[in-house]
Amino acid sequence: MCFTHSFWQLTISGLSDGMLYALIALGYTLVYGVLQLINFAHSEVFMSGGFGGLFVVQALVGSKTPHGASSVMLVLLGVIVGALVGGSIAFILERVAYRPLRRRNAPKLAFLISAIGASLFLVNIAGKQFGRLAIPMPDLYTNGNVFSVFGADVQTNFVVIAIAAAIMLVFLDRLVAQTRLGQGIRAVAQDADTASLMGVNIDRVISQTFVVGGLLGGAAGFLFGLVFNVQYNMGFTPGIKAFTAAVLGGIGNIRGAVLGGLVLGVVENLGVSCVQSAWRDVIAFGILVLVLLFRPTGILGERLGRSA
Amino acid sequence: MTTEPTPMTGSEQGPSRTNAVMAWSRTRNGRVLGACLFGALVLALMTGPSGSAQHLTAGVRGSWLSTHVIGFLIFGVVLWLLIISGSRLRGRVQPVTEVIAGVRERALVSKPVIYAGYAVALLIAILVPPQLSVFWQQVLVSQIGIFVLLTIGLNVVVGFAGLLDLGYIAFYAIGAYTAAYFTGYPDSKPGHISPLPVHPPFHLNPFLVFPLAVIACIIAGVLLGTPTLRLRGDYLAIVTLGFGEIVRITINNSESVTNGPRGAFGIPHFSAFGYHWTLSLIPYWYLLLTVIVITLILFRQLENSRVGRAWTAIREDEVAAAATGIPTLKYKLMAFAIGASTSGLAGVIFASEIGFVAPDNFILINSLLVLVYVIFGGMGSLPGAVIGASFLIWLPNVLRDHVPPQDRFIYFGALLVVMMIFRPQGVIPSRRRARELGLAEAGVGGADALGGSEPGAA
Repeated sequence: MCFTHSFWQLTISGLSDGMLYALIALGYTLVYGVLQLINFAHSEVFMSGGFGGLFVVQALVGSKTPHGASSVMLVLLGVIVGALVGGSIAFILERVAYRPLRRRNAPKLAFLISAIGASLFLVNIAGKQFGRLAIPMPDLYTNGNVFSVFGADVQTNFVVIAIAAAIMLVFLDRLVAQTRLGQGIRAVAQDADTASLMGVNIDRVISQTFVVGGLLGGAAGFLFGLVFNVQYNMGFTPGIKAFTAAVLGGIGNIRGAVLGGLVLGVVENLGVSCVQSAWRDVIAFGILVLVLLFRPTGILGERLGRSA
Repeated sequence: MTTEPTPMTGSEQGPSRTNAVMAWSRTRNGRVLGACLFGALVLALMTGPSGSAQHLTAGVRGSWLSTHVIGFLIFGVVLWLLIISGSRLRGRVQPVTEVIAGVRERALVSKPVIYAGYAVALLIAILVPPQLSVFWQQVLVSQIGIFVLLTIGLNVVVGFAGLLDLGYIAFYAIGAYTAAYFTGYPDSKPGHISPLPVHPPFHLNPFLVFPLAVIACIIAGVLLGTPTLRLRGDYLAIVTLGFGEIVRITINNSESVTNGPRGAFGIPHFSAFGYHWTLSLIPYWYLLLTVIVITLILFRQLENSRVGRAWTAIREDEVAAAATGIPTLKYKLMAFAIGASTSGLAGVIFASEIGFVAPDNFILINSLLVLVYVIFGGMGSLPGAVIGASFLIWLPNVLRDHVPPQDRFIYFGALLVVMMIFRPQGVIPSRRRARELGLAEAGVGGADALGGSEPGAA
């Protein structure tokens, strides 16, 4: 087969993409869990996180590439600021584009249009404020081979993304499983009306769900910017892929989103080795269509929000 | 949904001034002031100076607390004063608005008035375009006309049958490339070119491509629809989105068949009975207008037929529709195929008018835009579709002279959000749809046309 000769290398780059997809996909899936809505503007939350991280990093990094502890601190700071910016944008988004519609019990399509509008607005205001060119993130560390697995090189970029993503995923899993907020999210996902009768403040839970999704998306935006570039329209393709990943794993299902992201990243990278890279998106959407045809609720089934 | 203000926690108790301000900010007036000031700041940002990739903060820093921003903040406060005194004002103008509403209500049910309105609209559409400047004729023909046709078609899918299709533009692409293929000349006489690297053994006039494009789109629609129309609303949306992207990327990558990203060029103009359409725009406008009017009349008949009622039933409650004996898959496929073939027609006209099609014409944002036109105009309403598409295409073009072209979508996006907050039913909603939404707002039944689960329901 075409992908056997560099199987492990492809798998590693696939996992790297996949972890970013997973982080973004969680934003879609969390919101879907509580609102049964596709948050089309989530890709712009991701973009805003990229810019937030870029600002801090540009302000702190001089002409020399930092190393050692300062690299770690800078990456950490970038992730945190990216997450905070993403979270704030998600919060504002919910307040402006979703809550007024929820108050009047608007149809799903109205939410969809509102989200598309917010997305267009955010993309283009970013383009206006920050220019429309791709901006490279200053180097926070020297990217090189760290170690190799089965003859495949693992680069620093991969290690950074893997560690950051793993910490955040564990954090989210604990948050949803053990905290009061997590209980609230699961209660609203299960049955919003009953949850409100039981004293759950639905508005607050929904708002916080957006913020949690935004934190993850914003951090993913910064990590994406580290490896690639930051640009006003950087959210579009990863956003659609992540949404695909969320559906692939079973939308509304937190572990499903992670699994979907990883599967999508790996299969996409393995598949691309067989055809030209121009067909990458066709592979991703092809998988999605096939999965939905044979297992319409995704790999792990939807709405596991109740138990995970 | 509960709307009560959240109770304060113990640590905040005490008669301090901050608490009083906090408490006031949770009242209705406080919230409205917050919204007004937020809106004013956003407007200031939208109209303020731009930054660049070299100086990321240039745009914001240049205008922070400048007269520009302060001006907008004052505007926000004035707006707030107007809104909070609005209830008193409303009392005074109420008699006037009631009269207007009464006249409108009576006019809307009176058949002669409606037909007179259509006649006037048609007359305007016939008489005004030749007087317009070349720029607006261009906009009218290659954007408004084409997209009105697309919007009418998608209105059948989304508005009548309640199926969310995000890959609609793919059928437009199929129509356009069908035209490019069948209008190719097999020989290489002077003036005879083939827009694509491949061509049939004969050459067709674009008029004769219409039925072929319709057939191609129906086949594509049925192929896509048969497996996917069993899926629920959201999944249908993402699968159609994926389909749209697959079609575009395939066209982009199949260099040997479609010329790839360079696109198909030299697609011939229409000709009929010795008359040849040329680069001049007005004849194309009349051609488009004819197609649009015919489509509108057909869809009007369809809406009020057995098929239209079946679509309404499916849209409102698919399970109940199936239980009453409506073959839902058949009718959903039908809506899909009809929408697709309208899109295909638009593709043929577009290809022939411009003479050039490339994969970039069929990017995802175009699918989303057509959907936006449908919802903006009013879902399920044919006049709404026409007005929605025309207005939303007119707006960015009129802004072109006043704002940098790449900033137009800022205003477009903001308009959509504001519109959905204040009038989610669209500009001219169909009466049935408006009633559904009104009932949902009052808490009776769901407003959902997509057959998805109610929030929170299993």
